[in-house]
Amino acid sequence: MQFDPFVIPFNIGLYFILFYVVFRCVIWFRGLSRPDKLRLQRGFFGNAFVLSLKEIFLESLLHKKILKTNIRLGYMHMSLAFGWFLLIFFGTIEADIFGTKHLNAPYKAIFFRYFNPEHGRMGFEAAYGFLMDLILAFILSGLILAISKRFYSRVVGMKKTTKLKLSDKIALTSLWLIFPSRLLAESFTSGTYGNGSFLTGTLGSWLASFLPAQQMAYPFWLLYSLSLGTFFVLLPVTRYMHIPAELFLIFMRNCGIKTGDKSGTYTEVQTYSCSSCGICIDACQLNFSAGITNIQPAYLMKAIRNNDDVSEIANNCLLCGRCDQKCPVGIELSPIRMIQRRVGDNENVFTNIYKGYFRKRLHNIPEKSNGQLSYNFLPVTDPEKVDVLYFAGCMTHLTPSIKNSMVKILDASGVKYKFIDEQGGVCCGRPLMLAGMDKEARELINYNSQLFWKSGAHTLVTSCPICYKVFKESYYLGVEVLHHSQFIKSQIEEGSLKMNFLRKKVVYHTPCDLGRGSGVYDEPRFVLKHVSRLEKSKFDDENSLCCGGSLANLKLSSGKKYKIAQDTAAELTKGNPEILATACPLCKKTLSSATETRVADISEIVAEALIVTSVKRNINKQVSSIRELANI
Amino acid sequence: MSKHVVVIGAGVAGLEAAGRLSKAGFYVSLLEKEVKTGGHLNDWYKLFPDRRNSSEVKHYLDKLTLNDGIKILSGTTIEKFSKRKSHFSIITDKGNEIIADAVVVATGFDLFKSARKEEYGYGIYDNVITSAELEGMFRNDKIALCNGKIPGAIGIVHCVGSRDEKVGNLYCSKLCCVTAVKQAIEICEHLPESKVFCFYMDMRMGGAHYEELYREAQEKWGVNFIRGKVSEAGETINNRLVIKVEDTLAGRPLKMELDMLVLMAGMEMSDGGKKIAGISGLNTGENRFFSAADPHYGSNISNIKGVFYAGTCTAPMNITETISHARAAVSEVMDYLKDVN
Amino acid sequence: MEKFGFTISKIRQIDYDSNDRSIADYIYEREPSFRLCIECGGCSATCTTGNYTNFSLRELHILIKRGENSQVIENLKKCMLCGKCILVCPRGVNTRNIVILARQAFQKSDSYAI
Repeated sequence: MQFDPFVIPFNIGLYFILFYVVFRCVIWFRGLSRPDKLRLQRGFFGNAFVLSLKEIFLESLLHKKILKTNIRLGYMHMSLAFGWFLLIFFGTIEADIFGTKHLNAPYKAIFFRYFNPEHGRMGFEAAYGFLMDLILAFILSGLILAISKRFYSRVVGMKKTTKLKLSDKIALTSLWLIFPSRLLAESFTSGTYGNGSFLTGTLGSWLASFLPAQQMAYPFWLLYSLSLGTFFVLLPVTRYMHIPAELFLIFMRNCGIKTGDKSGTYTEVQTYSCSSCGICIDACQLNFSAGITNIQPAYLMKAIRNNDDVSEIANNCLLCGRCDQKCPVGIELSPIRMIQRRVGDNENVFTNIYKGYFRKRLHNIPEKSNGQLSYNFLPVTDPEKVDVLYFAGCMTHLTPSIKNSMVKILDASGVKYKFIDEQGGVCCGRPLMLAGMDKEARELINYNSQLFWKSGAHTLVTSCPICYKVFKESYYLGVEVLHHSQFIKSQIEEGSLKMNFLRKKVVYHTPCDLGRGSGVYDEPRFVLKHVSRLEKSKFDDENSLCCGGSLANLKLSSGKKYKIAQDTAAELTKGNPEILATACPLCKKTLSSATETRVADISEIVAEALIVTSVKRNINKQVSSIRELANI
Repeated sequence: MSKHVVVIGAGVAGLEAAGRLSKAGFYVSLLEKEVKTGGHLNDWYKLFPDRRNSSEVKHYLDKLTLNDGIKILSGTTIEKFSKRKSHFSIITDKGNEIIADAVVVATGFDLFKSARKEEYGYGIYDNVITSAELEGMFRNDKIALCNGKIPGAIGIVHCVGSRDEKVGNLYCSKLCCVTAVKQAIEICEHLPESKVFCFYMDMRMGGAHYEELYREAQEKWGVNFIRGKVSEAGETINNRLVIKVEDTLAGRPLKMELDMLVLMAGMEMSDGGKKIAGISGLNTGENRFFSAADPHYGSNISNIKGVFYAGTCTAPMNITETISHARAAVSEVMDYLKDVN
Repeated sequence: MEKFGFTISKIRQIDYDSNDRSIADYIYEREPSFRLCIECGGCSATCTTGNYTNFSLRELHILIKRGENSQVIENLKKCMLCGKCILVCPRGVNTRNIVILARQAFQKSDSYAI
């Protein structure tokens, strides 16, 4: 037998999806910028291609990263992806070796047993049949996990599972049906012919003992073909598009393409690559502390794919970066969210499913503007020439203890500095950027840059990680930008700061914008170890929690912020430290309202430990009064 | 045999309750964590609105409690609290067990710890003080800055730790407005050359003769009232304080240099009260004060039969209200013990 | 009757009934904490922009609530969204979101030119 009409659904589905993926990849490729196109071309003939193959094997098939985070969830993904891959791979070989001829059409491999029912009685054939049964059993074990995850997410160790839309539900059902129907179809066929290996053979003979196996086989072969066909046809409008998209994403990433600050092919490929595994939902504090369960990256990606208005979701996020750290696919979740914030409100242009196959860019509502600058009221000033500038930042003015400590430290260090925003300064611009208002932020950036340049300083020290991040990333100052923890470390190393050891038990809370946001982990720890007994916590460094006060969240109510702060403070003070240290005025303010433990900035602890000799102090008093005179 | 009532806390409410219970023929043990009785009364120099010396009220309370039926256990805290049938067992930090037929909780309030509002600079800038510290200065008859100089301009900040969700206190402490007015007048009396500025969100002068005192402060003493919440304080190079506030009635931000800033710290559930709540299972409300069975007619009644509340452990009150509340608690105790064998 | 001497001058008066309060409604719906303001002025006192201009968030709040919108539009864009006001507000008003929503509401409304 060479052909049977039941394979038609499968054939339609397969050729459709192959055509569609090629079509989609061409569109994606055409949407790339010229440099990115070149990168891709170069990558195709270079190292990137080999690297991508390796990564695809490790991540798309084996799901190594998910396995590391959550072994049961990883097993589920691995058994389905890698198992299916093996089934196709060995199935094709099986059809090639044992079939009637070489180089068969794909359906011959998929429905091999239907077309070769007598196959596999003994010897090598039987051994091969055993292998195929083993692979099928492997997939089915993962499928059982997947189904129970749907109904009871704890089974795979997850707290939340993602919500689905209708097309996803149909696709999911067809996906679930694929392997059980294959199992039953093969079993009935094996039952009829009295062959099959440990799984299909055993099940088949048992089923045949009380059912008319010969008549039952065909409907299940048809169901198998139908569920495959349905799954393939629906794939582009469901989250399962992540299967082909992820391959493309891995290749693009290895070629050196980055998200950037505008929507484009790369962001689109990334949104399609999200498999809604839900690891980001588990990592999200808005979920486990504030009970908000509809804004996490998996939902954002889905909403973008569905062309929903995402402004509400996009703005309700701390941008703490915990999800970026954990995403097994490596999607740049926060940058994509920032792009959505810049886009602002948009109109939903798609209403039904089939249009989802042809994605168009959304219509943006044009902005009304009178063309005037927003901050043209800012005065032009001429700062004095100094070596080091100290910029406390807006928030630090509400934590005068940090401000005072920094003045004490800067005085003691002996550097020639100026406290540039002592009387209050202009915002660094990051809060505007976080609200998606880059144009306005640029005005403030230009203003502050002028001020910094004019001072001729070679170093800019700030107490606020929010300012630090934007100074580093979006200002083009050409001077050394330091967070005060880095400045203190450098002064300790140079020997300009002498300190007592305080013998206090301290736990350090890493501020998001300093840690995950800017990669500054070691300097604050170095400084704290230098003056105190720094203890470890479960939430150190990359795994740190957000205090909840983040300016990045434009929607969160103060009550929910407080809940996050309470949970974070409670986690960090589990070992009863004397001081909960941090390196951010906003974290300090947020956490100190939520705990009885003393919360202090690194600078305060250092200032407390500082040994200031009386001679030096006099000199510094003079310096500061001269500074003041120069100011006037 | 006469019944035994334990009163926890020997502030105004505790002393009044103990005295009245003793008069009614009960045997009373009065527990106090401090060495001295009198609670916050000891920290205050003169009382609003009539500016009587606080020692006069203390004197009255001492006289009331000076009798053999009251055993005062000062310097004592409670470690365990349990109810067995109709009796209460209280174990002190010294390991003694006290058996009581009824308990009056009069653990009072603590003043809000002003350092928690870091932006006001308490504990950071030398001349930022609290209302309680100002009373100390009145008592010593010396209002001076750290360097010994006389302050020329003094700011009084209302609502420090009250009506402020940032510190978790949504309620109004009720007495800080009138305290501010009283203290403003006293500053003017002591330092006729100095200027006093009160920064308020709302003037809540609801008690008897409060409004008259407010009027006097304006009319007789020239105290300045500026409507706006102080957002932050800073220090100038010559050790003066500079505050930021919006003069909301003028609709413009106002920057002012001052020599001294007095923070009107609000009232919070006392730490002692929190401890009692923790070991006894007495209910507390969202404002962390003990929550009474009924706000209208059961303000002394707790969720444990035989335990009654007196005074500011349930809500901010002035002395008049505290004394009335303590007497009401006594009447509840009498009612209760009549039915208990 | 209209000649009677006690009518308030039209220019001073907030014409509450005919003023357009749709901007306020837009914000109320999306940011309920907009209702919580007690006009204490803490936000305006600490305001970074208020250091340089006549921008007052407190005033902006009350003008929107009364429908005096024309006075608001020009000032609105002066805000730097720095967030100090959020840290100061004793009522937990999400001040930054109110500024953003007000901008949005004016953007969406056809009745106002920007």
